[in-house]
Amino acid sequence: MNTVRSLTWFARHEGRLAWRDALSMMTAGRPDREHRAWIWLGAFAIALHAIAFLLVRQFVSQQMQADLPTLIGVTASILLSGSAMLSQAMESVTRTFYSRSDLELILSAPVKAERLFAVRIGAMTLSAAMMSVLLVGPFINVLIWRDGWRWLGAYGVLIAVSLVTTALAVAITIKLFQWIGPRRTRLAAQITAAIVGGIFVIGLQTAAMFSSGTLARLSVLQSETVLSYAPALDSPFWWPAAAALGNRMDLIWVLAASILVFLAVTARYAPRFAGYVIAASSVAQIARRAAPEGGRFHVISPAATLRRKELLLILRDPWLISQSLMQLLYLSPPALLLWHNYGSAGGAIVLVPVLIMTSGQLAGGLAWLTISGEDAPDLVQSAPVSSARLLRAKAEAVMQCIGIVFLPFIAALLFVSRQQALAAMGGIAAAALSSIAIQLWFRSQAKRSQFRRRHTSSRIATLAEALISIAWAGTGAVAVSGNSLWTASAGFALFLLLCVRWLSPSRLQ
Amino acid sequence: MLSAPRQSPAALSIKGLRKSFGRPAVDGLDLEVRAGEFYLLLGPNGAGKTTTLRMVSGLLKPDAGTIGIFGIDALADPIAAKQITGWLSDEPMIYDKLTPPEYLEFVAGLWSVPTEIAAARSRELLRWLGLEPHARERCEGFSRGMRQKVALAGALVHEPQLIILDEPLTGLDAGAARLVKDVLQQKVRSGSTVLMTTHILEIAERMADRIGVISQGRLIAEGTLSELRARTGQEGASLEDMFLSLVDQDRAAE
Repeated sequence: MNTVRSLTWFARHEGRLAWRDALSMMTAGRPDREHRAWIWLGAFAIALHAIAFLLVRQFVSQQMQADLPTLIGVTASILLSGSAMLSQAMESVTRTFYSRSDLELILSAPVKAERLFAVRIGAMTLSAAMMSVLLVGPFINVLIWRDGWRWLGAYGVLIAVSLVTTALAVAITIKLFQWIGPRRTRLAAQITAAIVGGIFVIGLQTAAMFSSGTLARLSVLQSETVLSYAPALDSPFWWPAAAALGNRMDLIWVLAASILVFLAVTARYAPRFAGYVIAASSVAQIARRAAPEGGRFHVISPAATLRRKELLLILRDPWLISQSLMQLLYLSPPALLLWHNYGSAGGAIVLVPVLIMTSGQLAGGLAWLTISGEDAPDLVQSAPVSSARLLRAKAEAVMQCIGIVFLPFIAALLFVSRQQALAAMGGIAAAALSSIAIQLWFRSQAKRSQFRRRHTSSRIATLAEALISIAWAGTGAVAVSGNSLWTASAGFALFLLLCVRWLSPSRLQ
Repeated sequence: MLSAPRQSPAALSIKGLRKSFGRPAVDGLDLEVRAGEFYLLLGPNGAGKTTTLRMVSGLLKPDAGTIGIFGIDALADPIAAKQITGWLSDEPMIYDKLTPPEYLEFVAGLWSVPTEIAAARSRELLRWLGLEPHARERCEGFSRGMRQKVALAGALVHEPQLIILDEPLTGLDAGAARLVKDVLQQKVRSGSTVLMTTHILEIAERMADRIGVISQGRLIAEGTLSELRARTGQEGASLEDMFLSLVDQDRAAE
């Protein structure tokens, strides 16, 4: 097969796989849900366009020009989506290295592996771009509608950013491979991806918090300090933002540069991909780490046994830790806020809802792992322990983790105000327990390795988890402010929880 | 080698068992396994063997019928029934991030085996199954055979009276398969009852006290090898010939 034919043939194959993968994610692997998934997707797109309209409206009415404040705002938006794309691309590259799936078939085929890996790098770029189009596209569409066709250039910038971020992700992961070896790269790359994904938002929040004492990100971008340090208007630094605002010449330069970077990285690293993949798969096969010495055999009660097992499995899984780290990372700005405003009531009003939201989300993930992501369901079910006791032990394991993470915050709040600490503790516990209950009601057996896709198994559960965490966060904020209406807010959260119970499949069993 | 049936109380008594997944998977199955015998359940793919074993182990709820394990009604008192039962599926489900002793410690905890007894049994099982050199390694890098051995050790660490195994030899090399067979025969000699499914008919011929043939969710023949030969009228025939003949007869009768 000649080069062009093999490339297009493999690109078609990759495209088909990606399409079926995306479809499977949307339908949670059930083809009968395809029709419904399209309706949901349509509704989601409409909702995003509505949100985009509400957010973008005020900027459009101010007649956006390519002045310094506008360029800073647009550049920040590009960096924001760029950090998310880089994180996703790093995840994809790491998965390509370490998941064996079809790699053995590809490597054993009588074709040049570098061509196939070049296509695979291209597919990663496309997937990063598509994800961004899904989230950023509605904003661009609204800008095109309200402010003219010049905003079409933003799509071009999006493509350029996805090309550069994928190239960066490949380069970073391969450099990690060279520096720390295949054994440690997986964890390092996943943690880096988690940090990169949130670093920009967190950085902005932190800067905003120190400059204005709030977590409002946009205010810091228009501050005198940022404006005074910003490069001059004719600097190439602003080319991507100017291209997004409709400057065709800048768009051509940005696209050309990004294509050049992408081609250079692909040409340099695609031929070495096969070697790295083989090295990574060899590590996966010999990754038998010795346990620490001196572990004494000690049998405890079934419930304690289950709790110990769940904690041990979570602590020993670097990938899960990196995923949880992503959620915990968002706690750092409010933690800084608490430290910054220590002793004042203002900080708690921001901090407590964030803590409660994070608790709900973290508990949801951990509850999925312990309840649905049980790797030996037959063993656990065939044990002489009642289902209720098993599930209670698993819920207790999740609450233990939540306690470990959030107790330091509650302890710090306790020194400020007993009422704030109580509100935080109550909210954190309520949000975590609600998420655990939702995971119980919507449980469906899966492998732990499917954690990434846990949201696709039930969209109602995902949505409910988020909504109820928000409701508890609101309750916490009202309680911290000393308003007695917090009881009404808590009642609303409980009502939502009852509605979710009514919608859950377990009610029908 | 097949031996004469032993006269002992029933380790497992199944009556009128039914389970349907749209179409009947188990269709009014009656089966009795005597205490201390090695009972082999044979059947073509989709005959209902695994579904039956999963119902006996409490992993699936039957639509109808009764299951008694050493006189305990497994549907009315599943906890008591599970206490004396060990289950091993064809796909070894173990925790990648645990070492074999940690896995056995976990299983012993679920079955509330006292620490000293569990520790001694674990050491013995790990030695017996050749896992001792790997005792400090996590299971994530283990081969399929090693994983199956760890899972088997887990099924035996609480000394179950009834050991239920679904295709335990699938994917094992000759050495590992021999080891598993030896362990199971040793368990039967020490008084445990084994109920097992397999596609390897040579094992059925060599190891089973009695053989049950299941087809389309029903038991179509049962007995020792010689009883089955007499029933099919194929003196001197191999079990493979008899098995195929019985299944063909059943399909033809439909």
